[in-house]
Amino acid sequence: MVPRHTAIVRVTHWIATLCFFALLVSGTEIVISHPRFYWGEAGNVLTPALFTLPIPASRSTVRTGYGYVLPDQNGWSRYLHFQAAWAVVLTGLVYAVSGLLTRHFRENLLPAGADLSWRAVSSSIASHLRFKPPSEAEDWSYNVLQRLAYLSVVFVLFPLVIWTGLAMSPAIASAFPFAVTVLGGQQSARTIHFVVSVFLLVFLLVHIVMICVAGFRNRMRAMITGRVGTHKEHA
Amino acid sequence: MSNLSRRKWITTGLAATAGASGLAVAARLANRYGLIPPDHGSMYGPGETLTYASQRLLTRYSLAREFPRSQISKPPFANEVAPLGEPFKRLQAGAFADWRLVVDGMVARPASFSPAELRSYPSSSQITHLACEEGWSFIAEWTGVPLLHVLNVVGILPQARYVVYFSFQSDWWDSVDMADALHPQTLVTYGMNGGGLPVGHGGPLRLRVPRQLGYKSVKYITRLTVTDSLKGFGKGLGSASPEGGYAWYAGI
Repeated sequence: MVPRHTAIVRVTHWIATLCFFALLVSGTEIVISHPRFYWGEAGNVLTPALFTLPIPASRSTVRTGYGYVLPDQNGWSRYLHFQAAWAVVLTGLVYAVSGLLTRHFRENLLPAGADLSWRAVSSSIASHLRFKPPSEAEDWSYNVLQRLAYLSVVFVLFPLVIWTGLAMSPAIASAFPFAVTVLGGQQSARTIHFVVSVFLLVFLLVHIVMICVAGFRNRMRAMITGRVGTHKEHA
Repeated sequence: MSNLSRRKWITTGLAATAGASGLAVAARLANRYGLIPPDHGSMYGPGETLTYASQRLLTRYSLAREFPRSQISKPPFANEVAPLGEPFKRLQAGAFADWRLVVDGMVARPASFSPAELRSYPSSSQITHLACEEGWSFIAEWTGVPLLHVLNVVGILPQARYVVYFSFQSDWWDSVDMADALHPQTLVTYGMNGGGLPVGHGGPLRLRVPRQLGYKSVKYITRLTVTDSLKGFGKGLGSASPEGGYAWYAGI
């Protein structure tokens, strides 16, 4: 039997999911120690902020307007953030190499030329906005919006979040200064890292909503066991 | 059990054995070449070891970026420090003339230096970025004597692997490996932005480690100990940071 998703796609998907939650929780923990963002090389409470998150902070350095300081959990958050980053980067490498070798990207993710017409894309957007359950054909194939979304996560957002993360490292910046200056500086890298993380979070939320619309049990079964159930189930 | 699944089991078993012995060999090699951080024993050990080992392989000799004078942050920001107490105030009242930096451990000629003696050595200045793990940062010009010069004066023994440094604040101590200790930008700093080093920024003496986060640049240093092992210091994790939950290696 041909599985809906290959074993490599299924395993890397769930490892990445686990890492993403670890990165999300620890990243949130890290950001609340200084919820101010800057552009350029340097930035601190004495310099103007690009934007400030309207949340309380875990350090007294930042005046947030709240009368209290949250408990500081940066230690384990930073350890966990970098460990999960390693795990997801190595997993992503396995996924990317196998995706190229098995032609997964070309055959399953790259949209067909005809699907990229304005008419096809707008009709797909319209049916998504009406939360219309997908047709049976989509049990075995991705629609054009899914393809575009997955491609941008895999080839734009993930590389960008890894690059900006590394650009914040003082040791990496010393060895690869161009990787920092081209972003505008280390504080710019931090700001872009945050914005890309927000995009990834939005993707995750839409992804979960769409799975519920398409039939939660069926889609989960396909990503866990590789099998596709009967179509009646989510009718 | 069918033939096919038996073959699968044997292949999996062989692959697992090869993987495990490969890992064991890698661990021995990594240890010999100093690629394993002292805080590798926790559940976050794998991530820390990957970070430290890969950065030692890629960035051992790289130089921290230096900036033009126009990019110096005005005014520089410093985190508040806990009150330093009466003994510190007495030293401060004497313009730190009685401050001493003791250098001991695996050295040929243990010595202690006053800030004035350190100033008499060839000085070095750098305009570098200091980033705090909290997320903020500033750029300043730091002036001091390269730690390398101080280590040459006392003569480190060939088995030296780490330099441990202690602060006037007794709960602060840290250590760097020889890659950072002998790095030309690692500075025993006594000046900042053309003047003396303000107390808020670690004056009279601060060790600047510009390729790592701010918390490795310990303020008010009083003692440097050269050693071949970090086991005898604190809990053996390399610095006070892992004891408080933070990574020893902060090159991230």
